[in-house]
Amino acid sequence: MAGFNKVVASYDEALAGLSDGMTVMVGGFGLCGIPEGLIQKVKDMGVRELTCISNNAGVDGFALGKWLEGRQIKTMIGSYVGENALFEKLFLSGEMEVILTPQGTLAEKIRAGGAGIPAFYTATGYGTDVAKGKDTREFHGRNYVLEESLTADYALVKAWKADTMGNLVYRMTAQNFNPMMATAGRITVAEVEEIVEPGELDPEHIHTPGIFVQRLIKGTFEKRIEQRTIRSA
Amino acid sequence: MALSREQIAQRVASELRDGYYVNLGIGIPTLVANCIPADIEVMLQSENGLLGMGPFPLDEEVDADLINAGKQTVTAITGAAYFSSAESFAMIRGAHVDLTVLGAFEIDQNGSIASWMIPGKLVKGMGGAMDLVAGTDNIVVTMTHASKSGQSKLLESCTLPLTGVNCIRKVVTDLAYLEIHDGAFHLIERAPGVSVEEIREKTTGRLIVDGDVPEMRLD
Repeated sequence: MAGFNKVVASYDEALAGLSDGMTVMVGGFGLCGIPEGLIQKVKDMGVRELTCISNNAGVDGFALGKWLEGRQIKTMIGSYVGENALFEKLFLSGEMEVILTPQGTLAEKIRAGGAGIPAFYTATGYGTDVAKGKDTREFHGRNYVLEESLTADYALVKAWKADTMGNLVYRMTAQNFNPMMATAGRITVAEVEEIVEPGELDPEHIHTPGIFVQRLIKGTFEKRIEQRTIRSA
Repeated sequence: MALSREQIAQRVASELRDGYYVNLGIGIPTLVANCIPADIEVMLQSENGLLGMGPFPLDEEVDADLINAGKQTVTAITGAAYFSSAESFAMIRGAHVDLTVLGAFEIDQNGSIASWMIPGKLVKGMGGAMDLVAGTDNIVVTMTHASKSGQSKLLESCTLPLTGVNCIRKVVTDLAYLEIHDGAFHLIERAPGVSVEEIREKTTGRLIVDGDVPEMRLD
């Protein structure tokens, strides 16, 4: 009896069922807080025609740059994709559809999706290209755009610590989009640095309760830094 | 003399008040962090999920899990908080941030801003800029007054895809500090040694000059 034990033994098991044409959310901001091993596994599986929802698209050869190399993404939904030459090429040539979404709207679309809210109004993007073709409405003298929420077949998230029941804790700014995505996946797979026994995490300090997590795997992380900026002593 | 990037940041810093929560964009706005007056306290918000951003880390302090919205390694000050992107934009959209400073390609006399896309050239995305300009009334835009070829960036109407409409009220350029209301740029201060004539020449949008325009104080 597995009960509430979400731990899987392999990446094969972690991503079993992920197939062509699915919608996949991937947590992270830039290269910070990304599920590195799960991203690699999707690359190795060779699934294609994916709709990928992630704030950024990685860099050439790393993070989601790996899926771009494999031409695995049909549609990319993100807010900022400027760090990646291959991305630009696939976008400009029309090989990949790109839906640029304001970062806060993206976060809220995912939060709403996970919370069972189909759409919401936001002032963000009113009067810009982002609002084209969308309903608008005035509330209290201000104009708002109707934005539909997002869910995914699989949400791949990265956390710092988990207990075996899938309760998650994030570290510093590696939290970013991971908590909302964890709620918005039909199957949420969490890749973490450390898995502890139930009771070892303080219930008052859980960021993502285990109900949102279906599968859990301990990964190893390179944690590549995009812009190493330092000051001298 | 036109202001340097540092001097633009210095002028923006005089808009800071004790107890402000402030979001600084990438580029010149980032430099404002170096100009915070010693007698006030401000907390810097980074939209990737940090309130209380500190300076860049020492070499041995670098932590891949602690970055700012420009993906640079940073530190967190005492009293800082980490949170999700949804909560971060609740702060921004919900008007809890007191001051936002960001750059732009173009601004127009109605306060519309274009800052994220040059068709056929740039496909980077808007990041959090559209949410930031929708979220607070108190926004300062920093930019050069004209392009390198002398084309005004303060226009009657923006030509590039917009980031937001009718949302910008204050602009600090290398030549001037201007406020936008009633469909016009109002010249409030000149950069030291820059004439009203030069500013007039480099402003395509409607410019109102009311009486003597004082020089900026940079200290």
